[in-house]
Amino acid sequence: MSEGIEKLIELRGITKTYGQGQAQFQALKGIDLSIEAGDFVAVMGPSGSGKSTAMNILGCLDVPTTGEYHFRDVQVEQLDRNQRALLRRYYFGFVFQGFNLLARTSAQENVELPLLYRGESTKARHLAAQAALEKVGLTTWTGHTPAELSGGQQQRVAIARAIVTNPVLLLADEPTGNLDSKRSHEIMELLVSLNRDQGITVLMVTHEPEMAAYAKRIVTFVDGKVAADKRQAGLGYVME
Amino acid sequence: MLWNSLLLAMREIRRNLLRSFLTILGIVIGVSAVITMVTLGNGATQAVKNQVSSLGSNLLQIRTGQRMMGPGGGGGAPAFKLDDIEAIRSSVSGLSGVAPQVNRTATVVSMANNWSTSVTGTTNDFFTVGNWKLASGRSFSEQEEQTGTSVCILGASLYKQLYANQDPLGEMLRVKNFSCEVIGVLEAKGQAAMGRDQDDTLVMPLRTVQRRLTGNQDISSIQVSVENETEITQAQTQITDLLRERRRISEGMDDNFNVLDTRQLADALSGTTKVMTTLLGAVASVSLLVGGIGIMNIMLVSVTERTREIGIRLAIGALEREVLLQFLTEAVMLSALGGLIGIILATIASYFLSGLMQVPYTFNAPINLGSFFFSAGIGVLFGYMPAKRAARLDPIQALRHE
Repeated sequence: MSEGIEKLIELRGITKTYGQGQAQFQALKGIDLSIEAGDFVAVMGPSGSGKSTAMNILGCLDVPTTGEYHFRDVQVEQLDRNQRALLRRYYFGFVFQGFNLLARTSAQENVELPLLYRGESTKARHLAAQAALEKVGLTTWTGHTPAELSGGQQQRVAIARAIVTNPVLLLADEPTGNLDSKRSHEIMELLVSLNRDQGITVLMVTHEPEMAAYAKRIVTFVDGKVAADKRQAGLGYVME
Repeated sequence: MLWNSLLLAMREIRRNLLRSFLTILGIVIGVSAVITMVTLGNGATQAVKNQVSSLGSNLLQIRTGQRMMGPGGGGGAPAFKLDDIEAIRSSVSGLSGVAPQVNRTATVVSMANNWSTSVTGTTNDFFTVGNWKLASGRSFSEQEEQTGTSVCILGASLYKQLYANQDPLGEMLRVKNFSCEVIGVLEAKGQAAMGRDQDDTLVMPLRTVQRRLTGNQDISSIQVSVENETEITQAQTQITDLLRERRRISEGMDDNFNVLDTRQLADALSGTTKVMTTLLGAVASVSLLVGGIGIMNIMLVSVTERTREIGIRLAIGALEREVLLQFLTEAVMLSALGGLIGIILATIASYFLSGLMQVPYTFNAPINLGSFFFSAGIGVLFGYMPAKRAARLDPIQALRHE
């Protein structure tokens, strides 16, 4: 780890247990992981390996059963619901496999939504949303609702919504899982450019090696533990 | 924050137009049905009361039968006789008039016109008691009353029907199978209770009607007016005691007649309309209930979608209370809007319908507020409760909700 690179996230001994008694199931069995600012990390692993659980805990959508989670100077595991919500509001952006856009709401309004909770003015929201949509390459479809957009376009709207707040960390859970190969590569290139040009730290869960190839670092989960952690020359960066 | 959630709620309502519309519709139908029905029912009751009290507060109506249940309620009990009239007149003090009445419906024919009207057999006291004035001609002479001469006085409507405003005095009118001479025309009084035209009448001496139309000595009802309104209760008691004695009703037995003042008469007559109001209200309450169930349905059906939506909002950084405030605002706005539209529609509908039915329109605050809060309450409860449950979930659980 070179000097001057800020450590953004540090996980120490994170476990997550679902259920009680006989039905108890340990999804995470002690995760230690640190992520530096500006990195592009792909989290891989077979299904049931706990990679999505780890992602949800990292994104404060879920809480760990035990362990420590440091985000910059904040001890996240000690925050309450509202504080975690505020952390999401001001620092995180989310991209989901199922897009999770609001139905019957225009792309523009979907992208504006996070800014609404930040209390920004109508005009500021509008401009920021337009800029974000431009970044993801959607300028002509902004008035359409998710149902009127293709999967690739919906994911672009979702990414625009995630980056409209200029987040520190972009969390993407299987962002290409519902897309065909061509769209998947387009989305990956978009994520790479956000990481490279905007300096947004990207954390992506995927089970496709093809997509993981874009990342600068691959962390592999097996059976609730980190099994491998290696750096690579990311595809998007090599092509330059 | 409040402004924000108002904004969000309005956007949400616009976004889900169909759902919002259906929710509002349920409330609108429920609220307007109940209010309209009850308002019209109350109007009808009020109309009956108004007309009866327009007779004046110095009147007593005496009828046979135990309870006054509208016309024809005297079945079984013996009718009054002329002696009863004389007895009341001589032994009850402070009366300004005692008018016996016999009524029959009959077809009357003048030259070329014929008309079915209500024929009243009575005495000159009828005009005093009922506050009738003669537009032209004269009332009955003593001799005519004694002998039952065929003379008659026309009500204003009947006069118009038969003579089309020509002078009828001295003309001969055929009533069923006998003819009688027109000696007077009454001034118009206007519509009476339940839309009956009280000017559509023919007044004759009591004896004439008894002899020529009914064929017996019975008197079906007696109208009495007192000189001083304050003595009306006293007169009522005196008449009751007198009639009990004359009709040989022993102590402890129920009266087989009744003496009612105008207020009691109004109550008795409006009894029917009150029952009707209750019935209409009950039927309309069902629509209020069905509307409420409709609201519950729509709200509950959309829970899955809304739970996911709440998950999305929480994930991108909305606080639990912000989400709740938004949903609450939305539910309140929808419900209040529906309630208001319902009240407005009901007001318009009952205003026009009461005009059509010729009953007075009165704004009934308890019914308006009651039905408003009932349906709005359901709307708020079922719009808010599922949201409250969903907002308590961890965002990831809400997002995964199927």
